[in-house]
Amino acid sequence: MLSWLTFSPLLVVVPILLTPSEKKNVIRWLAVLGTVPALLLALYIFGSFDRSLAGVNESAGFQYVIQKDWIRSFHIQYYMGIDGLSVSMILLTALLSFLCIFASWGIDRGLKGYFTMFLLLEVGMLGTFLALDFFLFYIFWEIMLLPMYFLIGIWGGPRKVYAAIKFFLFTLFGSVLMLVAMLALYFKAGHSFNLIELMSFDYSSETVRLFGLTMGFAKLMFILLFIGFAIKVPTFPFHTWLPDAHVEAPTAISVILAGVLLKMGAYGMMRISFPIFPDATLWFSGALAVIAMINIVYGALCAMAQTDFKKLVAYSSISHMGFVLLGMASGTTQGMNGAILQMFNHGTITAMLFLLVGVLYDRAHHRDLDGFGGLMSRMPVYGSFSSLAFFAALGLPGLSSFVSELLTLLGGWQTYPAITIVCTTGIILGAAYMLWTLQRVFLGPLNPRYADLPEINRREVFTLVPLAILVIVLGFYPHPVLDLLRTSTNHLVDLVWETGRVSVH
Amino acid sequence: MSLSNTESLRYFMPEIVLSLAILAVLVADMLAGGRRRGLNAIMACIGLLVAFAAALLQVGTEPVALFEGMLVLDPFGIFFKLFFTAVTMVIVLVVHPYRELSERYHGEAYVMMLGTVIGMMLLATANNLLMIYLALEMTSLPSYLLTSVLRRDAKSSEAGLKYVLFGAAASGAMVYGMSLFYGMTGSLSIESLHAVLVQGGFPTGAMLVATVFVLAGFGFKISMVPFHSWTPDVYEGASTPVTAFFSVAPKAAGLAVLLRFFSSGLSTVEDGLRQPFAGLDWPFLLAVISAVTMTLGNLAALKQNNVKRMLAYSSIAHAGYMLMGAVLLSDSGLQAILFYLVVYGFMNLGAFLVVIALSAQTRREDFEHYRGLGWRMPLLAVPMAFFMFSLTGIPPFAGFVGKVYLFRAVIEQDLYWLAFVGILNSVVSLYYYMRIVKTMYLDDPGESPLEPIRVPRLHTALILVMAVPTLILGFRFGLLDRLSSYSLRIFTGS
Repeated sequence: MLSWLTFSPLLVVVPILLTPSEKKNVIRWLAVLGTVPALLLALYIFGSFDRSLAGVNESAGFQYVIQKDWIRSFHIQYYMGIDGLSVSMILLTALLSFLCIFASWGIDRGLKGYFTMFLLLEVGMLGTFLALDFFLFYIFWEIMLLPMYFLIGIWGGPRKVYAAIKFFLFTLFGSVLMLVAMLALYFKAGHSFNLIELMSFDYSSETVRLFGLTMGFAKLMFILLFIGFAIKVPTFPFHTWLPDAHVEAPTAISVILAGVLLKMGAYGMMRISFPIFPDATLWFSGALAVIAMINIVYGALCAMAQTDFKKLVAYSSISHMGFVLLGMASGTTQGMNGAILQMFNHGTITAMLFLLVGVLYDRAHHRDLDGFGGLMSRMPVYGSFSSLAFFAALGLPGLSSFVSELLTLLGGWQTYPAITIVCTTGIILGAAYMLWTLQRVFLGPLNPRYADLPEINRREVFTLVPLAILVIVLGFYPHPVLDLLRTSTNHLVDLVWETGRVSVH
Repeated sequence: MSLSNTESLRYFMPEIVLSLAILAVLVADMLAGGRRRGLNAIMACIGLLVAFAAALLQVGTEPVALFEGMLVLDPFGIFFKLFFTAVTMVIVLVVHPYRELSERYHGEAYVMMLGTVIGMMLLATANNLLMIYLALEMTSLPSYLLTSVLRRDAKSSEAGLKYVLFGAAASGAMVYGMSLFYGMTGSLSIESLHAVLVQGGFPTGAMLVATVFVLAGFGFKISMVPFHSWTPDVYEGASTPVTAFFSVAPKAAGLAVLLRFFSSGLSTVEDGLRQPFAGLDWPFLLAVISAVTMTLGNLAALKQNNVKRMLAYSSIAHAGYMLMGAVLLSDSGLQAILFYLVVYGFMNLGAFLVVIALSAQTRREDFEHYRGLGWRMPLLAVPMAFFMFSLTGIPPFAGFVGKVYLFRAVIEQDLYWLAFVGILNSVVSLYYYMRIVKTMYLDDPGESPLEPIRVPRLHTALILVMAVPTLILGFRFGLLDRLSSYSLRIFTGS
């Protein structure tokens, strides 16, 4: 079933390529059709997922498992499964991919190529979240790069070429470091790429000599993996590709980038770095908390200085991903739960924000925050959706991200009180730039240039409604998501922080 | 035990077939008098095909020393014989419909290519220093002519001359190194050279000097730093099919002889692992050369505006990657080189085939001419993109798997610094390989010549033949894995 989930988007690629280019709507609906099976399967998994199984490092705890030999001489397996760490991400990916096809309706040039690349991207994303074999994980991780490069590079904005190659270079740099760590692990852990088996070894006594220095194997590998994942998150100082890529990418791709791709960095740390190297995680968690703090505050300050709508959302993503890192660094169940919930919520909220920016950009053809004003009176429906998304992004109680940010801060407080206090200023700064933006774009006198701006249309509303519902419902009642991941995060925290402590002392 | 001259002939079929093919091409060329130019291409192809089949029949024979120990026949040598004939066959099929070349010289070109192939086969199987020298010269002399014969302009004549000068200096140095080894051991056979050297007691300085000088000859063929400086000029000056040939086949031959000489001549087996002789740390020397070669090749490729020149530097970089496998003396390192060679053959030949298709029409090889190709000629551009991704080493393409093999070998021996140099180079190389993809797809098509590019059907088919394995080997490489692990048996002669 997971094979179907992963590769079902490819089913429509051949029909899309065979359709004549003039029949644009046929191609679009075919693309929609391509994302439906994955969405339905994801919903089925949401319904039938056994919430009491932990997974993480117990192969018996994974559900819907597929395990087949792929390349015997290398001991590479085609091994996929779902546990609490990945199930919410699968849901998010399938939902956003489906909605983003509708958000791509405005693409007019090279439709076949666009949707082919988009569907390939979805395969890569789903595969990354499902893979339990490091080699397979790496392949899926890299498969995402090529479509992303073309999607930004061909269908992007004015500086698309620069943004695309920058994205590619940064991510490839991170992933080759990951490749070294992967191969090194392969030899230390008895010739296996199986993530579950890799977790069963104790690497704390192994050492590595590099340039005449001797260092701990686990620490070096943890750092290599961390850089690989941190570039994707992105954490300070590896974040500079993100604003460029976001600004130049077409709307739907920004949504995917912020909604799903950024989560992969954090997911990778949870799935791979933490359980494989518990002691290195403990050793590094202080630094991780500091990085989280920088991300939150620095991202928020940068966001405040932006005049480009998309750049603002991009920097706010950096800030919000900082909360994910804080939760993960805390080593508490609340923090870890909050981190995954924040990943999910940030996925829905940022997706809304980028969709909303896209709506405005399609009409006004610029994104300068100071160039609007008073849009609320002209586009009340659009304004209401925007206000909802903005309030959700700043963490208003009753909306989803309040819960998750609170959880990460609660978790962080128990371990790093000082850092957490600084982090809370991020919420205040967040409120400041979000409200200020709301005020500049929607309130005040109507800019006469946009007196006849058309209201948001039905297709656009359709892409926003499911996300808005999620934001409101999860704000009051986060349990549907929390129940999915609770068992696994408990287990992960026990595994890492208990075994980590044992081997340190 | 080694077979006498007459007994050996039985094991010498591929080379004999090729010699006959050379004669056949010459006769066909004379009879046709330039009117039916297809005939000599057909002859050359048949010759190569039969030689390939003959080499294939040798698979499975017990390793044996031929011609009183001058040559050995082992899986390692057979692998290279198959490789050379297959690569050359592709090149002959490319030269045939290619209009850039003056048709009058097609026959001569085939003869020289077949001659080079015989030389390379001997090089890959030579087990005697004298034989190595002769085989190397036999590979080089036709190459010098090939460089300038097919394209008669100042650039290619200059390239040919440069090639000759560098080649003469390199082989001179190699002969000097060999004479030092002879002086120390009193023998030219690698087998007895090894038997004497293994007893020890030779001055390290002399050993090192001899090794470095011999390495000059091999390194010239592989185009490794610092013996690489002829490469860009020759690659740019020679006609493109010849460049494609040079970028793959002689490089492989150089690697073959290097691996054989170092593993059966200059190392001993202890606890199942090969070790260099005490005091002669040539693996470290090779590691440094490998790191410098790939770095220099990649950095120089960054600034090129001519695609052929860029591919020349990229081939230097790839020589550096492959040398990583030679550093280790481990089976997985050797296997990685063999695996990578096959993959490299597919992707590099493929990339050159696309360059040939374009330059046949435009007679230029600048990046400019690739502008908008993605939208005009998808049948050329999509394979080209595949080759570029594969050369960079991005999954799911074959080049990635090849690099995984190489890095696996390096990391297995805890040579992390070399692995880091290697991966950083991969990232650097992304930039210039993607430049072609960018020009083909991302850049505004603009005012580029919009007349359709006509590509012979055979040529398109060949490009696809290269592109399909470049993709397929990215996720199904079990067969190639078995082939390369079978072929890494090097027979020392005793």
